[in-house]
Amino acid sequence: MTQPLQPPPKKNPQKRTQSSTRPPETRSRAALGLSAAAAEGRFALQVCQECFAVQYPPRDVCRACLSPELAWQDQSPSGTLLAETTVRTSTKLYFRDRTPWRMGSVQLDVGPVVLCHVHGDCQSGSKVTLLNRLDAAGQGVLLAVPEERTDHMEDNPQLRALSADPKHRRILVTDLRNPNTPALVKALLDAGAATVFVGESESWRPHDNRRALADLENVETLPLDVTDVASVQKLAGEIGGKTDILINTARFVRPGGVLERGDTAFAREEMETNYLGLMRLAQAFGPGMCARTGDGINSAVAWVNILSVHALSNAPDFGCFTASNAAAYSLSQSLRGEFRGSGLRVMNVFTGPTDDEWHQALPPPKVSAVAMARAVVSGLQQGLEDVWCGDVAKEIRDRWRRDPKVLERELTQGGEGA
Amino acid sequence: MGRRASYDGVAVTAPFSAPYQRYSIETAHWWIAKALRGSLQAAGLKPSDLEGFSVASFTLFPDTAVGLTQHLGLVPRWLDHIPMGGASGVVALRRAARAVQAGDANIVACVAGDTNHIDSFRNMLSSFSRFAQDASFPYGYGGPNANFALLTDRYMREYGAIREDFGRICVAQRKNALKYPNAVMKKPLTMDDYLAARPIADPIALFDCVMPCAGSEAFLVMSVEEAMKRKLPFATIGGTIERHNAHAEDPIQLRGGWTLDKDELYAMADCSPGDVDLLQTYDDYPVISMMQMEDLGFCEKGEGPDFVRKKDLTVDGDFPHNTSGGQLSAGQAGAAGGFLGLVEALRQVTGTAGDTQVSDARVAMVSGFGMINYDRGVCSSAAILKSGGA
Repeated sequence: MTQPLQPPPKKNPQKRTQSSTRPPETRSRAALGLSAAAAEGRFALQVCQECFAVQYPPRDVCRACLSPELAWQDQSPSGTLLAETTVRTSTKLYFRDRTPWRMGSVQLDVGPVVLCHVHGDCQSGSKVTLLNRLDAAGQGVLLAVPEERTDHMEDNPQLRALSADPKHRRILVTDLRNPNTPALVKALLDAGAATVFVGESESWRPHDNRRALADLENVETLPLDVTDVASVQKLAGEIGGKTDILINTARFVRPGGVLERGDTAFAREEMETNYLGLMRLAQAFGPGMCARTGDGINSAVAWVNILSVHALSNAPDFGCFTASNAAAYSLSQSLRGEFRGSGLRVMNVFTGPTDDEWHQALPPPKVSAVAMARAVVSGLQQGLEDVWCGDVAKEIRDRWRRDPKVLERELTQGGEGA
Repeated sequence: MGRRASYDGVAVTAPFSAPYQRYSIETAHWWIAKALRGSLQAAGLKPSDLEGFSVASFTLFPDTAVGLTQHLGLVPRWLDHIPMGGASGVVALRRAARAVQAGDANIVACVAGDTNHIDSFRNMLSSFSRFAQDASFPYGYGGPNANFALLTDRYMREYGAIREDFGRICVAQRKNALKYPNAVMKKPLTMDDYLAARPIADPIALFDCVMPCAGSEAFLVMSVEEAMKRKLPFATIGGTIERHNAHAEDPIQLRGGWTLDKDELYAMADCSPGDVDLLQTYDDYPVISMMQMEDLGFCEKGEGPDFVRKKDLTVDGDFPHNTSGGQLSAGQAGAAGGFLGLVEALRQVTGTAGDTQVSDARVAMVSGFGMINYDRGVCSSAAILKSGGA
């Protein structure tokens, strides 16, 4: 039975903060298919496209027929716990700091035997479900959990280590003025967040969202303008040491491509907020968060960007805005690389048009504020890297994966006239 | 399959064990040279007399057997490098024997050695195999302890073994080790000590695990004629087997590749388990020794626990097993652990085992097991050695 996780005691500043250590990161290229699936929370294994044998561990050719045609495909995550052990000593510092560590051997219903982490609530010899999650090294790993949910199961330390759960954590949401912010803040509090800090630019201008958040407990509104280095640095100085999750909702959006606009004024604003704003936040908050990824129950754990799915392939209706999102997406990949050594996760939430005034002219389906909030929270709880929010985002993702050039051609369709 | 050619005319001789050290500041090259020199000196040979050279080592990087020829100044016409860990002793033997029979090499030295620096074990783990790196180490990084813990857990539940059964193997081996001057472990071990030991990876505790150390082992393979000419006590080879990736369909390893080949082994050697005077198993954990007793036909599958309850496994007992203490008590000197039992068996059947000598030892079984590539040991091997005369 999992004991419910208690809120951590106030930190003693005289005590040394526990260093960030990581589980083993090195993998063969074939094995990275598991990490790619884990980034989206899928349980996938290699399947031979000639004889359909399911493979594990990942390999380069089929163990049954030597065919090189192996494809990663979603599989049933059901299996039976064959054997288990509790590792009490390890030469790897990450595990040494966390022993005892339960692991075991599971026979999957689809055939292969996998070695995996074992959740404390799994019974010996019982049926289990495997989760494929990213660990602190950013690699996909398998965890056996009981077939049926158990009480407080997400509070188990081995499962929590494979998540960025908001529970008991302090979270900065960077832009109060974003129409999606109130729903997001409420969802984070519902998920057990200890405090939600909300950044507000130009505080002298009243905004409905301030009223919407004013009555909520554990919410603090603080001045933050992501286009102003001094403002970002000032806030990082105040709360950078207790920001466990940063969710960047700052967005400057206007419709239009290049020719619709007579100048670069809006494009400059878009880059200032959507691209350079992200960079300023990362430069001010990133190092402090990276230093606190080993800091117990409320360790720093994740950085969240909310991006237009058209960061993957431009939509000329919002051509310039999309370009700034493509820049932000590219920068997020750099941040992944730069944060990797500390174990701080970068989660990108790709969304289709959101249901707000700037996308009023677009037809449905659109992403509601509540749907967006749900996607962010469940993405954090599952420790995802890529979240596809709404039907439009999922469709663009699938078309992009099938053929990026075909998608580009379709998105840039011309009209009848010359 | 037709009957395999016998090993008639092949002699195995000049066993040499370099005393093990817990940690060493020397290199694998140094340790391999030490055992090679010891074996050559025992046979009254010079390095230039060697025509064949076979090496097993984990810590030789970036060198292989090739680099060693230049490093040690050898000019072999037959060279082998055997990356099979615990199975490497028997595999080196059977290949060298064929080379001698075929005339490809007149005298072959088989050597295994590894050093153990403070960080060697951790470094070796981190680059052991691709499957281990991808699919085993990320899960607690327990190394072989965790793999064998799973296997032991399953074995206990399947066949009703209890910890005392494994303890019997460990306690008996410690008694043997106290008679073997090269053993790293010098303190007696009682069943109470065994049962009370610090848990490492349940159900495995401290005395189920080997102590990584530095050391080396060597022996020579040559024709019987050559051995007689040099008046060397020697053993002959009754039969040998090796097998890799057997029973891949078993969800967990409760039997090894020996089961596929043991009948052929006994047929080749023209003997049965009852004729075997002593057994040297590969014992990185006691469960695998118990499995070898079963899979090599000394008892039925699942009867291992009862077998060790009834037998006395010490040098003076009715079933002498791992007479130099095995790796559990002598220490695990890397790939030399795959030679330990074979070299000790050679001393036994040539009557040169000193304090660990089993009286009237004429037939020895040596078994090897190696390489936890992912969830199980992939390589298995075994050989029957017989006293050859002097």
